[in-house]
Amino acid sequence: MAKQLRTYEEINEKIKKGQAVVVSADELIDLVEKEGAEKAAQKVDVVTTATFGPMCSSGVFLNVGHTKPKIKIQKATLNGVSAYAGLAAVDLYLGATEIPEDDPANKVYPGEFKYGGGHVIEDLLKGKDIKFEASGYGTDCYPRKKVSSLLNIKDLNEAFLFNPRNAYQNYNVGVNLSDKTIYTYMGVLRPNLSNANYCSAGQLSPLLKDPYFRTIGIGTRIFLGGGTGYVAWNGTQHSPCPPRTEKGVPKRGGGTLSLIGDLKQMSADWIKGASFMGYGVSMYVGIGIPIPVLDEDILRWAAVKDSEILAPVVDYSEAYPAAKPDVIGEVSYAELKSGKIKVRGKEIAAASLSSYPKALEISQILKSWIQKGRFTLGKPVENLPGESSGIKFKPLNERPFKNGDK
Amino acid sequence: MDSTKRIVLTFPREQVNKPIVYRLIKDFDLVFNILDADITPEEEGLMTLEVSGKQDLINKGLAFLKENSVSVKPLKTEIRWEENRCTHCGACVTICPAGAITIDRATMKVSFDKEKCISCELCVKPCPVRAFEVIL
Repeated sequence: MAKQLRTYEEINEKIKKGQAVVVSADELIDLVEKEGAEKAAQKVDVVTTATFGPMCSSGVFLNVGHTKPKIKIQKATLNGVSAYAGLAAVDLYLGATEIPEDDPANKVYPGEFKYGGGHVIEDLLKGKDIKFEASGYGTDCYPRKKVSSLLNIKDLNEAFLFNPRNAYQNYNVGVNLSDKTIYTYMGVLRPNLSNANYCSAGQLSPLLKDPYFRTIGIGTRIFLGGGTGYVAWNGTQHSPCPPRTEKGVPKRGGGTLSLIGDLKQMSADWIKGASFMGYGVSMYVGIGIPIPVLDEDILRWAAVKDSEILAPVVDYSEAYPAAKPDVIGEVSYAELKSGKIKVRGKEIAAASLSSYPKALEISQILKSWIQKGRFTLGKPVENLPGESSGIKFKPLNERPFKNGDK
Repeated sequence: MDSTKRIVLTFPREQVNKPIVYRLIKDFDLVFNILDADITPEEEGLMTLEVSGKQDLINKGLAFLKENSVSVKPLKTEIRWEENRCTHCGACVTICPAGAITIDRATMKVSFDKEKCISCELCVKPCPVRAFEVIL
């Protein structure tokens, strides 16, 4: 391990004095090219990373406040979108991909999916009134059985985003090898390997810049949706043992993060409902994570650039839905961002679902927060499970049972 | 008198493999310019044409298309890009057949050239945040 250059405490002291040297990950790449990693590591205290993309495993916990008389909610909808109510009386969880109960879904294929959980969250952030309807079965302590009311974010006791899986370390490039157009969460994929869609900020993306989770851990303070949030846990499907490049950069999905933050601090600029034709709804989430330059290794990883980061090309017509591990090839983010990639000897157009310009903006906002002293670094209270955990991302081991089985 | 019309044709699945448009030239003496076409065998097809010819022959040609279950709509819609809603992800760029949506590779920002847009509407639904609107 490289020699320690500074501690969290020292960096936070500098931040409070307005003296911390902060650069965004793309600026760091230029700096390292000009001055070398050793000099850059001496100079830079914090590197800001960011991503802005659709992240399905997201949602919000809400406490709507008690009615008079009280109700124990069993079923609830917000603008027609159902929220999970299997918690205490008036606590709800609204998931980003939930669609309205009367949505035609894919009955007319491909469905449009104009509105869903992610859009309700965006409407809450815009300060719009939301139509709330709920029912319960009635108990001695919670006698009321029905309620319908307008709800506004400012009237809620709590509203906090709690996303079980965000900020995938790396992600698939989706293509279609079949002879029919397919409509996926990776967008519209035309037949016969005609286009490719990718979804990562590449050289700006948080976990690609800290490939062994040296600094990003439980308790790390982050930019989440325009407010301050935290890393709560590793994300679901966290897979810390992926194949890696020589520099250690994961070449597959890899690690994930579970994030938490106060929705009331957030803004609709950085949380947006999304519609994927033929697939469903989702939500764009803006995330920014600071990386403290504790030693030169950390800086070298943070300076990895698009041409050194590889993504797997996956067929979404067969391999993906059939859960086959097949990868057609690997391409770099530099190639992807050029708009054209070569797969199986064929040049095809590549487009992104994740927004690089928005990720750049977030990395700059986080940088200015740190420079102004309004955001200090949170030292992780625990590390995320890393390579040594040996964790493997498992499929479901299906064990069918018959009715009557004990 | 010659006249010109811009039309959008939707071919049902069963008609996609037939040489219907060819008959507009052969039987109705019409000249056309294909502004956009998105036709895949065994799937529905979409074609935007600029048709020129004698007015009565244009009318007969359009009637012929309708008889063959091809839907004919005038091209009069306009696409509006809501720049504030756009996240500049770039998902639309490879979908636009007219080159009206482009991306600046240095900044990765999307831009929309209204002049080049042929109102085919193909960008509308694939945009995750629905930043393109059809104005009738």
